[in-house]
Amino acid sequence: MELYNLSLNQIAKKIKSKEVTIKEVLDSVYKRIEALDETLGAYITLTKDNAYKKAEYLQEKLDKNEDIGILGGVPIAIKDNICTKDVKTTCASKMLENFVPIYNATVIERLEEQGAIILGKTNMDEFAMGSSTETSYFKKTKNPYDITRVPGGSSGGSATCVSADMAYASLGSDTGGSIRQPASYCGVVGLKPTYGLVSRYGLIAFASSLDQIGPFTKNVEDSAIMLNIIAGNDKMDSTCANTKKEDYTKFLVNDVKGKVVGVPTNFLNEGVSDDVKKAYDEAILTFEKLGAKIKNINLEYAKYSLATYYIIATAEASSNLGRYDGIRYGYRAKDFSDLNDLYTKSRTQGFGDEVKRRIMLGTYVLSAGYYDAYYKRAQQVRTLIIEEFKNAFKSCDVIAIPTAPSTAFKFNEKSKNPIEMYLEDIYTVPVNMAGLPAISIPAGFDKNNMPIGLELIADAFREDKIFNFAYTFEKNTNFNKVKPNI
Amino acid sequence: MSVSKEDVRYLANLARLEFTDKEEEKFTNDLSNIVDFANTLSKVDVENVRPTAHILDLQNVLREDIVSESYSREEILKNAPSKQAGCISVPKVME
Repeated sequence: MELYNLSLNQIAKKIKSKEVTIKEVLDSVYKRIEALDETLGAYITLTKDNAYKKAEYLQEKLDKNEDIGILGGVPIAIKDNICTKDVKTTCASKMLENFVPIYNATVIERLEEQGAIILGKTNMDEFAMGSSTETSYFKKTKNPYDITRVPGGSSGGSATCVSADMAYASLGSDTGGSIRQPASYCGVVGLKPTYGLVSRYGLIAFASSLDQIGPFTKNVEDSAIMLNIIAGNDKMDSTCANTKKEDYTKFLVNDVKGKVVGVPTNFLNEGVSDDVKKAYDEAILTFEKLGAKIKNINLEYAKYSLATYYIIATAEASSNLGRYDGIRYGYRAKDFSDLNDLYTKSRTQGFGDEVKRRIMLGTYVLSAGYYDAYYKRAQQVRTLIIEEFKNAFKSCDVIAIPTAPSTAFKFNEKSKNPIEMYLEDIYTVPVNMAGLPAISIPAGFDKNNMPIGLELIADAFREDKIFNFAYTFEKNTNFNKVKPNI
Repeated sequence: MSVSKEDVRYLANLARLEFTDKEEEKFTNDLSNIVDFANTLSKVDVENVRPTAHILDLQNVLREDIVSESYSREEILKNAPSKQAGCISVPKVME
């Protein structure tokens, strides 16, 4: 067992008890990164100098027996669409290749206040648009379980680095499944908190009514610890809810007796592979054996989520990405004839194909003549989806579904046909539509030994129930103990 | 094809993007497929359903109007692709 193998909570304790120094921990993780990341490609930028400086500062404090915070000295990774002061934040796009934020996102401030050390910034689909991290301008990230396969996306780098022990935890962002789907593909725990629970100040916007920041961790306990730190109201984000500070670790209780798991029977056949279905059925059986009640429910509108998503998310993206015009920051084309040409050339050269596709679709659904048919209708269907979930949670504590219909696929397997790629998000998108919290936890392996994820969804701001069920599942199964053989 | 080549040209201009002939064809095809997929929503009965405006029941979020420190001009200009005399420089707008 090497230091890098430990969980976030384990390493934090070892540092605090002075069993190890922070420098030893950093050495261990950076050595791991140097050995593996040339192959895996999880990181875009490493922040080694800053990390060692902070390690030294924290160690001095610790040696004087001063408080170094909950994560004192623990190295973590950050998705490259979350602003880090004086550290390049590229969104994996040529557009922001040289963008260096002058401020920290609120989540970064909160993690640093608690003593976290940032190892580097992780690879992703360009502007978080994709389900495989293949649309990154910089490189492909590989799945640690099989390097011929994708890690999922868009937060592929953040999932890979936790899965391969190249960070104790990481942050990602989830607009339609971008935390849960890669967590499922890479066999780690990925949490998408309730919309409004975590501040998005400093998160580069994709679709503002859907985006949410959340953690990747090696187990459920670490997920609760991370959420404790990043959750809470922020005056810099007016879409942040006014929630009271909660200690989520107190919901890590190994007992679901008498509690109700909802099984959406009519929504379980959306292209689900046999292995995923089998793992799902076994997971439901596990909950039943542990004394939970299983309740069949009907989600009539959930299957329309994906079409709804591709209207609303692209509409929001097309306006959010209007700011990239080559004027104030970001890429500016070298040759242009006038101002309009500067805008057009900068955007054409700065954005990749998937981003352009979504801007075009968003422009289409918002353009004159189509607004009512697409955008307004999508917002109406969204209301139906929200109400349907609300109704389901009257009789269920959580809803369980597969995180993704299949396991990690091969490179280029789905990048030819956009719709095929979009279908990977069929089980994660409804959650964003309704602003709900959901977690993906390891729940099995397919015939190729690729990880399978189980998604647990709760009502808004009921992360307590998610942690209770996820923790119970983890404590009574062995899937979490498996590590990629790399 | 639910989206035509002319549509793609029109949208590209609105979005300030440029495509080669080959790209135009590809985007016409891709957008048509996605729009066809989105058309499944026409099957849903949405009569008298209120469109979602915001997911949380948040009221107007206001704060006191207090003057406070912001970033310096120098910091703000750090990421500008072209600058001159403490300003962002752009091509001539008026002839």
